[in-house]
Amino acid sequence: MSPLAVADLRKSYGGREVVAGLGFELARGECYGLLGPNGAGKTTTLRCCLGLTTPDAGAITLVGEPVPKRAREARMKIGVVPQFDNLDPDFTAAENLIVYGRYFGMADATIRPKIAELLEFAGLAGKEDANIRTLSGGMKRRLTLARALVNDPELLLLDEPTTGLDPQARHLIWERLKRLQAQGKTILLTTHFMDEAERLCQRLAIIDDGRMVAEGEPRQLIRENIEPQVVEVYGEDAPGWAEREAREFSRRVEVSGETAFCYVEDAAPLLARLAAWPALRTLHRPANLEDVFLKLTGRELRD
Amino acid sequence: MAPGSNLSLRSLAVFRRNFLVWKKLAIPSLLGNLADPMIYLFGLGYGLGNLLPQINGVSYIAFLASGTVCASTMNAASFEALYSAFSRMHVQRTWEAIMNAPVTLEDVMAGELLWAAAKATLSGAAILVVIAALGFVASPLALWALPVIFVTGLAFAALGLIVTAVAPSYDFFMYYFTLFITPMVLLCGVFFPADQLPPLVQAVGSWLPLTHAVALVRPLLFGEIPAGIGGHLAALLAVAAVAFWIALTLIRRRLLK
Repeated sequence: MSPLAVADLRKSYGGREVVAGLGFELARGECYGLLGPNGAGKTTTLRCCLGLTTPDAGAITLVGEPVPKRAREARMKIGVVPQFDNLDPDFTAAENLIVYGRYFGMADATIRPKIAELLEFAGLAGKEDANIRTLSGGMKRRLTLARALVNDPELLLLDEPTTGLDPQARHLIWERLKRLQAQGKTILLTTHFMDEAERLCQRLAIIDDGRMVAEGEPRQLIRENIEPQVVEVYGEDAPGWAEREAREFSRRVEVSGETAFCYVEDAAPLLARLAAWPALRTLHRPANLEDVFLKLTGRELRD
Repeated sequence: MAPGSNLSLRSLAVFRRNFLVWKKLAIPSLLGNLADPMIYLFGLGYGLGNLLPQINGVSYIAFLASGTVCASTMNAASFEALYSAFSRMHVQRTWEAIMNAPVTLEDVMAGELLWAAAKATLSGAAILVVIAALGFVASPLALWALPVIFVTGLAFAALGLIVTAVAPSYDFFMYYFTLFITPMVLLCGVFFPADQLPPLVQAVGSWLPLTHAVALVRPLLFGEIPAGIGGHLAALLAVAAVAFWIALTLIRRRLLK
């Protein structure tokens, strides 16, 4: 049985369809990513999956329970790390875990012995009595992750788990998520960080305007959707040069500010030509998920 | 959706959460709840009271003491259901965290309602203890004021939750206090018998929930069995039930749309 199956999910707000026929299914033990620009419908999809928003149409089965009908029962086996920190500022780290466990009907005597282990996992060993207000952003996020594990969930839902964190803090979260997966937990995460998705997810879906535009393994998405090599050309004259010269070598040239992105099967001829233009700086690299993402969702700003 | 269908005992976990926060600051909180009404009680009771004749056979300060119990209960329930609940709903996103666990919005709201009523009861009871110690309570019959205080707390907590459901920010609560709570204190016989007021104003006052609380608590503190107990209690319970239902409907629209 799939930990989460979503079929033809639809939700409109004020006439605008935020989720427009989304469907996906998680395999047990995998890490699945929902990628999309701001406003793509990621958070609304998660809210529907938790039974916190009633969809206009579609079917959701969460850990075997139909949602929203039996959302409460389903949430017994789910851990959630929300996009915005909502730890209880009036409590210590340990109290946050105890009080949260009570929401699952757990007795204090069941939760207390787990606290040290949960804090240790979150890299917060010995912080039982720490005031939440004194914790850094990364520590708070890790405590939120520990809180999401208090009920030993089958499936973890993480909404942009590393947004706003510094690189050290992000790497620590990634490492912990990998460990959780190794323990057999299934993970669904939303993100707009491509390196995060590429690193953590076995499969992912790119969504835009509430629709799925691509789904698959990260490598496969890159292979299937985009030329394998990218030559980035920087400099004041880069866009003009790219228009005049790069078209000859590259089927697709995208310009963003003073950078031209030339997507090619074989970079050698283009690089040879560029050698004659020392004023232009170049970067030659393999195509990555971000290239796929930008190709499929466009370069214009979303906010 | 039927109002009761999503309710469960998990609401008690929400109640306990609030209780645990309160416990950390219990003494200052109780003293804070006591200070304001006591200042009014002594200031007006002795200062103004010495100029006044007895009211219905009791001193003015004893008359005012019984009204103060009701007004303080109302204030405590209102503050908790407005400012504190709004912090938890909107500012701290505590409700959001709770609802990611197997707790429904209905449980959260029921927990908040019970907690605000319980806190109001503590506040009312604390004043009751002080005025009993000062000799303004006639007999042990006054203990029956406690359940009345709790039901009064329920009614005003539920009314407060309606306002919280539609509040864009803390500033909004000023309207509720200025337009509803303060007039109620003046119209419902807290400071003076409502029959001093023009008949039309009296008629309005008789419909307000605080009137029913005062009509029950005051005789009980004077050692009398109140007239029309059933009607007054029913009115307070009806306000609590209807207001809670409205608050739930509005909060659902706000948070679960």
